[in-house]
Amino acid sequence: MSSTEGFSHESRDPKWVQFLLIGLTLGFVFLLLILPLGVIFWEAFRKGIKTYALALSDRNAQSAIALTLLATAISVPVNMFFGLAAAWATTKYSFRGKSLLISIIDLPFAISPVIAGLMLILLYGIHGWFGSTLQSFGLQVIFAVPGVVLATMFVTVPFVARELIPVMQEQGSEQEWAAVSLGASGWQTFVKVTLPNIRWALLYGVLLCSARAMGEFGAVSVVSSNIRGLTNTLPLQIDALYNDYNAPAAFALSSILASLSILTLIAKSWLEARIDYRSKDKEELL
Amino acid sequence: MVISGFLLGFCPWATEDQPSKESLESMLKISSFVDGFRNTGAVLAMLCLVLLSNCGCSPSESASTTKVRTLKNVSYDPTRELYDEFNKVFAEHWQSTHNEVIEFAQSHGGSGKQARAVIEGLDADVVSLALSGDIDAIAEKTSALASTWQKNFPNNSSPYTSTIVFLVRQGNPKGIKDWADLTRDGIEVITPNPKTGGGARWNYLAAWGYALSSQLGDLSKLKDANESDSVAKATQYAKEFIAKLYSNVPILDTSARAATNTFVQRQIGDVLITWENEAYLALRESADAQVELVIPSISILAEPPVAVVDQYAQAHGNTELAKAYVDYLYSDEGQRIVAKHFYRPRRSEVVPAETMQRFAEVKLFELTDIVSDWREAQETHFKDRSGVFDQVYSSKAQ
Repeated sequence: MSSTEGFSHESRDPKWVQFLLIGLTLGFVFLLLILPLGVIFWEAFRKGIKTYALALSDRNAQSAIALTLLATAISVPVNMFFGLAAAWATTKYSFRGKSLLISIIDLPFAISPVIAGLMLILLYGIHGWFGSTLQSFGLQVIFAVPGVVLATMFVTVPFVARELIPVMQEQGSEQEWAAVSLGASGWQTFVKVTLPNIRWALLYGVLLCSARAMGEFGAVSVVSSNIRGLTNTLPLQIDALYNDYNAPAAFALSSILASLSILTLIAKSWLEARIDYRSKDKEELL
Repeated sequence: MVISGFLLGFCPWATEDQPSKESLESMLKISSFVDGFRNTGAVLAMLCLVLLSNCGCSPSESASTTKVRTLKNVSYDPTRELYDEFNKVFAEHWQSTHNEVIEFAQSHGGSGKQARAVIEGLDADVVSLALSGDIDAIAEKTSALASTWQKNFPNNSSPYTSTIVFLVRQGNPKGIKDWADLTRDGIEVITPNPKTGGGARWNYLAAWGYALSSQLGDLSKLKDANESDSVAKATQYAKEFIAKLYSNVPILDTSARAATNTFVQRQIGDVLITWENEAYLALRESADAQVELVIPSISILAEPPVAVVDQYAQAHGNTELAKAYVDYLYSDEGQRIVAKHFYRPRRSEVVPAETMQRFAEVKLFELTDIVSDWREAQETHFKDRSGVFDQVYSSKAQ
């Protein structure tokens, strides 16, 4: 597949242009991406593997990792289903205020995370609208784990929907109509026709969503009570450790957070490769 | 738990659909998205497993038969190392006397921010903040503790004190010896924003007190009605002094720890105004930072207070425990730990002489020597727009 793509440009561009562009890209990627990431890992292991292991075996560090994964594991599936529903609703149906709804979904992109945190306090804080009612049931939202999860969900709302809406708009509903007219049920249509068409957009949305969920700092720091081992997520714990003059532990945890992001990237490439490979197989069979 | 169930419920539909898939596939040219999708599910499920296994090792589940109680102490930034050790020692003490395991939920942040969080419902059993004004604010805005809280424990409810000192670069290249040097041209001073940080307010008031005493000689003249002329003159001088000092500040950080990082890690500025305990900690923790301590001729006696938040302690059934916890700060053991972490103990007689040696002799004045209380300090100095700080700092900006 690359032979046909490469052909047209390679023949036209002079060699030096190719080298220049490739060199520029490599240099840029190295300076801005690889080097800083590498420094984190280098700093993390600089004081030896023992310090690294010690930093990770810390109870508070483990609880920070667990809380980050918990917030991600709740907000990503929820936002995935919301995103699917929202994209379906706004592209397959027409109703009043549709474009307004699409703009509103984007709000968390526009609003500063700090404000998002403050809004949650105004709603669920003890003097907030729902705070005292929830408190009387013994449910603490702000300055506790639910607040952290809520804040993460808020900032990641648009990711899936935003990726899906343009794709589904472009595709229209002809294929679905075709499936339905051939006797497919609603569910079958969705699984067999719609999902395959939007799979890349959905996957991208989910990955962006989880990367942001794991990395969120601002909104979470407002609603977290900064209690280590309880309400500190990984980014908050890293910040706290750095301020404690505990740079090795801070870098050790940073390397974990970075690894989680790299893992999502690898998962994405792996999935891409698998799906590419299989669809290619099928095309060849046909 | 809910999530893993959710995910497990998520995967099967892909499997169930497979038979019908075979028949439709060729007609509709469906790619193997469903398979790929099941993999995503598997990855998420794996994440969940990691998560659950992590939760499994949390101590609350592995606790033995002895009763476990949790005590929540909401504190300000520089006390991290102090309460790290004190909590451990207190937990041992309590276990040996009451046979109960105490776990600590220890929170740190800027003093004002922490007070705000308690006001908004952070259910602290104990608050240990940078200044009594912040605990006053909690008493004022909520019914969580009585306005007379400062009378509940000895020494204005401050089991330890501190003061404000300077850190300069190795060898003191700019020759900084006292407050007056901070207003010289070309000196870069690092101090946090007094409107957001507790330590920053002490820094500000220490400078204010120095300026007044340099004019009046004796701060008791402030309360002397016959001296009102010279007091007015000295106050005018102090305002100019503060204006000059803060015009030398390139960055107003939000908290004491952030300012320390600016000075020590980022190497910005010629002098850092900071807590004595914070200065010693910076000296110990970053030996390669090449900074040294300068003790000014006069400084302020900073009293960081500790209080039991009655309402929350009661709700948690922790009233007695929280009180014992604060009392233990005043005990011989508590005072030794306090001194070890560079806070000045109230009862120096129980602390080994070699530990006490680290605290330099310095002339200290009290907050009440220059203002009547924190409320007045807040009104006169730190209030938005009308306060002295905003007036001199905004005039600098213009």
